[in-house]
Amino acid sequence: MSSVAVAQAQAEAWVQPSKGRVAMFCLILAESAIFTIFVVAYIYNLGKSLYGPTPQVLEVPIWNSIFLLSSSLTIWLAERAVEHGKIKVFGLWWALTFALGTIFLVGTGVEWHKLITVDGLTISTNLFGTTFYSLVGLHASHVILGLIALLVVLLFTVTGHVREEHAERIQVLALYWHFVDAVWIVVFTVVYVIGR
Amino acid sequence: MADSTFPVPGAIGAAAPRRQWSQTAFLAWLHDWVVTVDHKKLGILYMLYAIFFLLVGGVEAMLIRIQLIRPEMHFLSPEVFNRVFTMHGTTMVFLVGMTYIFGFANYLIPLMVGARDMAFPRLNALSFWLTFFGGLLLYYSFIGGYGLYGAGSAPDTMWWAYSPLTERAFSPGHAPDYWALSLIITGFGTIGASINVIATALCMRCKGMTLMRLPLFVWLNMVTSFLALITVTPLTAAQVMLLIDRYLGGHFFDTQAGGSALIWAHFFWIFGHPEVYVLVLPSFAIANEVIPVFSRKAIFGYPAMVAASVGIAFVSLGVWAHHMFSIGMTSVGNAFFVLSTQLVGIPTGIKIFNWVATMWGGKIRFSTPMLFCTAFLFQFLIAGLTGIILSVAPWNWQLHNSYFVIAHFHYVLVGAIVFAIFAGIYYWYPKATGRMLSEKLGKWHFWLFVIGFHVTFDTMHIPGILGMPRSIFTYEADRGWGTWNFIVSIGGFIQAIAVLVFAYNLIYSYFKGKSAGNDPWDAWTLEWATPSPPPAYNFAEDPVVTSRRPLWDIKHPEDPDWRYE
Amino acid sequence: MLTEPYRCVKWSVKWFLFLFLFLASQAIFAEGPQSTPSIFAPASTPANSIYELSLFVIAITGGIFVTVGSLIAWAAFRYRQHGQDDTSEPAQIYGSTQVELAWTVIPILIVVVLFLTTARVIFAIQDAPKPKSALDVTVVGHQYWWEFNYPKLGIHAVNELHVPLSDADHPTPTYLTLLSADVMHSFWVPQLSGKTDLVPNKVNHLWIDPHHPGLYVGQCAQFCGVEHAKMLLRVYVDTPEQFAAWVKNQQQQAVNDPKVAEGRHVFETQACMNCHTIAGTAATGRFGPDLTHLMSRDTLASGATTNTPDHLREWIRNPDTFKPGSLMPAMQLSDQQLDQVTAYLSTLR
Repeated sequence: MSSVAVAQAQAEAWVQPSKGRVAMFCLILAESAIFTIFVVAYIYNLGKSLYGPTPQVLEVPIWNSIFLLSSSLTIWLAERAVEHGKIKVFGLWWALTFALGTIFLVGTGVEWHKLITVDGLTISTNLFGTTFYSLVGLHASHVILGLIALLVVLLFTVTGHVREEHAERIQVLALYWHFVDAVWIVVFTVVYVIGR
Repeated sequence: MADSTFPVPGAIGAAAPRRQWSQTAFLAWLHDWVVTVDHKKLGILYMLYAIFFLLVGGVEAMLIRIQLIRPEMHFLSPEVFNRVFTMHGTTMVFLVGMTYIFGFANYLIPLMVGARDMAFPRLNALSFWLTFFGGLLLYYSFIGGYGLYGAGSAPDTMWWAYSPLTERAFSPGHAPDYWALSLIITGFGTIGASINVIATALCMRCKGMTLMRLPLFVWLNMVTSFLALITVTPLTAAQVMLLIDRYLGGHFFDTQAGGSALIWAHFFWIFGHPEVYVLVLPSFAIANEVIPVFSRKAIFGYPAMVAASVGIAFVSLGVWAHHMFSIGMTSVGNAFFVLSTQLVGIPTGIKIFNWVATMWGGKIRFSTPMLFCTAFLFQFLIAGLTGIILSVAPWNWQLHNSYFVIAHFHYVLVGAIVFAIFAGIYYWYPKATGRMLSEKLGKWHFWLFVIGFHVTFDTMHIPGILGMPRSIFTYEADRGWGTWNFIVSIGGFIQAIAVLVFAYNLIYSYFKGKSAGNDPWDAWTLEWATPSPPPAYNFAEDPVVTSRRPLWDIKHPEDPDWRYE
Repeated sequence: MLTEPYRCVKWSVKWFLFLFLFLASQAIFAEGPQSTPSIFAPASTPANSIYELSLFVIAITGGIFVTVGSLIAWAAFRYRQHGQDDTSEPAQIYGSTQVELAWTVIPILIVVVLFLTTARVIFAIQDAPKPKSALDVTVVGHQYWWEFNYPKLGIHAVNELHVPLSDADHPTPTYLTLLSADVMHSFWVPQLSGKTDLVPNKVNHLWIDPHHPGLYVGQCAQFCGVEHAKMLLRVYVDTPEQFAAWVKNQQQQAVNDPKVAEGRHVFETQACMNCHTIAGTAATGRFGPDLTHLMSRDTLASGATTNTPDHLREWIRNPDTFKPGSLMPAMQLSDQQLDQVTAYLSTLR
């Protein structure tokens, strides 16, 4: 091997992507495929129920969506805070994100309670029930997983274990949360806008 | 290394110290293997798992071939036959096909990119054990559950599990549940392993190894992993939907409630077609390493090979309905899928031409790995051509679900993939164990297997053309299929003998094989710069590379690759 | 050892030549129905279009096989290592833009030709205009038997499909509407047409215009459960006289022979009429096959066995004898009841 080539290789900085980010993108890619299949099943089955409640019984969850989507803003603010080492500010924005996510879940629960007890719509009622609860439920389960992760980080923050050098890991987790919110935009559009 | 067992961490090439056999030593050794996060050990575990289930799936194949050797045989009842052929397909695709991929990838990728381990070693271990337990759950079905006809609860609705046959109304037992649950679990294992492969290939390369200097083995496994992420997940989604139907009263595939049998088929094949590319691309990965080394030439057209692989992955996402030509799509729909399917033949053909061009002008050494790879090339060509035949929708209306299709896909799965797996094992076994596999046994293995393969799968095209459908436990005596089935079964028995020779070779050579040294094949990629087997840390110093074939540059300083790339 | 791959290739080529000649012979000697339902022995326009297309495709793929296969064989033979001690390396060639371009463009052209030829046949078969003289048959797939209804003729046939011969000058094709009562099935009679699936909750179509009279065989080609293998098809292509006679018979009510009145009584008082129909009696069950003209069929249980009194009696006694897993239960009749009901059913021509 010529010494020139070796010297050149060593002189250039060797930069590669961060493996945490790459892994999270891969996970998001895989999850997107799952959600796509459930969305396709929902759209395909629109109007195909032979009986039972139709999408007209749905009330558009405007407030719930505002809460969830603003949690993307709060988590972004949290990311910026920890980047600059402002742990207390980070903790506040992070806790707010967690709260907004929880409010969204509660709102979903209230909505489902109304659908089940008032409109008689369950997962086994008809095609609409099956596809609706599956799709929205799949999203909600991902919100729950996200909230668990957020809670763990919140506990670490409160006990003083989070520092500025953890910024990158927190950003990787935040990527997941942004994904969950992005999926909600799609689900919201398909179920409450197009589907009705 | 006559006295050692599996590679001991930290060993550097020479014989490991004699191990005292006692129960504590054995338990310590077992514990080491169970809790390991070392990519080499996990790679070996994946391969042992794959080989084990290759044998199990092979036994299932032998049972099928005995039942079908003559018309109206009563060796297996229809219930048992339906379980055996469903399990044969499910086992071979998920427990052999999806595991050999990560066996080779896990073992070799860190070594080839000059890294110490995979990007996420603990995720690696989790992925393996998820796959392992998923397989166990699948096989537990033979004995668990209350069994429907007194024949256990093993899945019995074909490996495609078409609805509404799998709905509660038509499958009241637990067979589809075992199928869906075990594959959901192994699916999570696959996702984890794929993420690991991508992250390692993109983020852990040694200095100087740009993406266009990655060994093609790594490229192909990276493309496979990307494809797997969006291929396996649709199946997971569909299986969750099936379980919702079966347990929560859902109606996704409940045709009596307005649900659709068609949509299961679409979802399954949206998984199923890219899946076969997930299975076959890693066999290309192996060929891309073996053929150049044994032809003594660099791979011809490296950039085209990369582009063709990525192209195949993308186009393969758009061809799935060629499995559904007879389901009643419109003429326009059918025509679209004819076109997309034939288009995927173009990058695939390019790869074949590149391999031939690599051999052209070379000095080919026909050791066992190259024997298997040459047969692979020839057989993959034929498999591709019968694939083109099947892409012609009107002809597909005759050949779909017949023995012609079975012949075609076994030509790919056995003729290409299993041959490549054997080539890869003969090639890298010396690296993993420090011993060469016996060339003499290898040649016996090869010739028996290739003859048995052709006797079975060449002949198998004929009953398909004569109107024999698949998934039937027996056939009428007056259809004229008896003689052909007899020949097919004989070839199956010959292949079984060949595989037994191979299994014997693996074990015999582990104890008595010739010592391999670092680089028994005079090869050019980084794994051959380590001792055989490599120490736990792989490389004492991080390598620095300046071309696609770092060892060629070292061996041929007067004519290094980086002048030409 | 050096010539091993070459010999292997030579052997494979010989094997393929044999295969090809065999397949060709199928066509040479094929005319009319045969017991081996070869797709290379077409007897109807759709099957024939497919056959002609397939010859074209074989020519192309065969050409590719011979070309590329020979290149592989030649490379393996010509460029093998001569002498074990030769350690010099050959010239390293990394690529060639012209060659790579050529072998990209030529396959693209082949694909274009193949696609256009294929598309033409797809549209010719699937979108063929339906002539007024076409006969309509509705096929309903069940686990594990076939129901054939002729709506305009008022006929409910089972398992054995009768269609009229179609003359090239005055075509009388049969148009099949395909439905399913339970799971997915597939209608495949290779000599008459490619297969089309019977999908529950979906309506599919298939047409045939057989040119030679006789019996054409096929079977269900989509796994539908335990006895999928025994869901056989028999298509009788009748001359106009034969077809007219068959239609006339099928349109009659059931034979009511007073000599077998006890058997009819057994049939009507046991659970038989829950599943079966016998036209002109109180039995109007729809789950199982219509038995009005049971004796007009050559086989029982969609081909599971031949239609003889002994087999019929055994079938009623225990269907699992011929078709374990079929959905008809053993009715636990006494010997006397079995004899009587068999005698009754044997009169239903």
